[in-house]
Amino acid sequence: MSALTDLTIAGARAALEKRECSARELAEAHIAAAEAARHLNAFVAETFDLALGQADASDKRLAAGEGGLLEGMPLAIKDLYCTKGVHSAACSHILDGFKPPYESTVTANLWREGAVMLGKANMDEFAMGSANVTSYYGNVINPWQREGDNKPLVPGGSSGGSAAAVAARIALAATGTDTGGSIRQPAAFCGLVGLKPTYGRCSRWGIIAFASSLDQAGPLTRSVEDAALMLQVMASYDAKDSTSVDVPVPDYAAALSGEVKGLRVGVPAEYRLDGMPEEIEALWRQGIDWYRDAGAEIVDISLPHTKYSLPTYYIVAPAECSSNLARYDGVRYGLREEDSDLTQMYERTRAKGFGAEVQRRIMIGTYVLSAGYYDAYYLKAQKLRTLIARDFQQAWEKVDVVLTPTAPSAAFAIGEKMDDPIAMYLNDVFTVPASMAGLPGISVPAGLSAEGLPLGLQLIGQPFDEARMLNAARFMEIAADFTARPAGASGGAA
Amino acid sequence: MAIDKATVLRIAKLARIEVADEATDGLADELNAIMAWVEQLSEVDTEGVEPMTSVVDITPPLRSDTVEAVAPRDDILANAPNAEDGFFVVPKVVE
Repeated sequence: MSALTDLTIAGARAALEKRECSARELAEAHIAAAEAARHLNAFVAETFDLALGQADASDKRLAAGEGGLLEGMPLAIKDLYCTKGVHSAACSHILDGFKPPYESTVTANLWREGAVMLGKANMDEFAMGSANVTSYYGNVINPWQREGDNKPLVPGGSSGGSAAAVAARIALAATGTDTGGSIRQPAAFCGLVGLKPTYGRCSRWGIIAFASSLDQAGPLTRSVEDAALMLQVMASYDAKDSTSVDVPVPDYAAALSGEVKGLRVGVPAEYRLDGMPEEIEALWRQGIDWYRDAGAEIVDISLPHTKYSLPTYYIVAPAECSSNLARYDGVRYGLREEDSDLTQMYERTRAKGFGAEVQRRIMIGTYVLSAGYYDAYYLKAQKLRTLIARDFQQAWEKVDVVLTPTAPSAAFAIGEKMDDPIAMYLNDVFTVPASMAGLPGISVPAGLSAEGLPLGLQLIGQPFDEARMLNAARFMEIAADFTARPAGASGGAA
Repeated sequence: MAIDKATVLRIAKLARIEVADEATDGLADELNAIMAWVEQLSEVDTEGVEPMTSVVDITPPLRSDTVEAVAPRDDILANAPNAEDGFFVVPKVVE
């Protein structure tokens, strides 16, 4: 059975097609793996019965020759996605018991193509975090461990449960969402491919909102081809999301030649940070060499406003979150702390329902939007955002993709970086700029740290140019030949 | 400009989050640290720069103004902490 959980999506599709296994067997193998790996806390709601029902339906469609693009593929779905009649709580206490009466557009796309839902994946509360330590449902444990040290490590965040599930071989792939790095950083920490598409590529409808001008759905997978296959189905134009962009979805997998001769790869000087670990810098140099040796053109570029991206993000994202999270008032869904006074009821419900990090961001957002401070903070941040986006627009005159590290470190231990919010925010220093500019980004596992932990390199692409970015990622995947596996992948007995 | 205890209470009131009196000093410190860190944006000259209102270059689409089916009322109310006779129930707000 272990062989079935080791397959990629592409491999599992081939196995189903050749009748080497059934969709039900594929689902059962992943359910067994999930049961054996419950200590990772990757799922906050298991939907195994639903998965088996979906798998049986997949087998019927496959027998009739009507299989979809992801027919029978067992997936983990981040708890931020509304799934009809199934636990959807953004891993917040305030959404206790919420079962949406509707389905998000992205998950509806996945089910239409035959995908199977194993469960809802753990995440930082309302996607606010970089270590999956703010979930109401507890921390997620990274299946990777440092060599000779069994201290539990964080999987990254906010899509930490999604990343842990795919890395531990308990899901073939997972959906995540990325607001400032929440797909790419956990992918790097867990040795996976993590893709954040261009803003507007995937519908946000039915995905619980954090920062609406930044949030974007995307996949976490064990190969670049799988990321292409997932994006193929997740991406669509959706009239229900007014920021959805009506451009055709190309055949992403067909673009994966791995050929990069003549590709112009930008290397931004500003991503070379003081105090950056030497092994991150060395990996980045290695990545540059791979492209150069394959005939790509390496171009030194400047993105001068890079250092302002993170502080800009920490005005824009909290501002939008304070507005989006105003809806949680104890009236229409979730938790309510009763009080005879309406305002008191709101205040007590929100104090009890939101965790410390979410409260902190709502407070910051409320402050920067409040009378007298709006111009100094929020308007200033929106202007900075224009400058950050302009940096990239100018770079696109010279390069096709940009190559950077994904995160400034490998996965750290649970408990580290917890006392200082800003130290935690710095995890996203390399991923936030592309988010601010609405650009696609992908993290590819490219090497191991001295402690034996995965490290990722990030490619940033031009708007709606995911196909070229994915092909550049496919090249890096071949060059890096990343075959290491997490020690904790085989469950509690490991 | 430092965020003092009174400001924390004012923000908390605006955000409709109950904050215990003994928590205000800690919160003020945290918020001040974050605001001091974002203060570095003031060193950038943004004179004449247009604030970004949309990260993708599209004209907001229009849709026809038609009534469409949404989830049935009772499905929506099923998630309410307190519902009665087809309504959400809240504490009394009018005398």
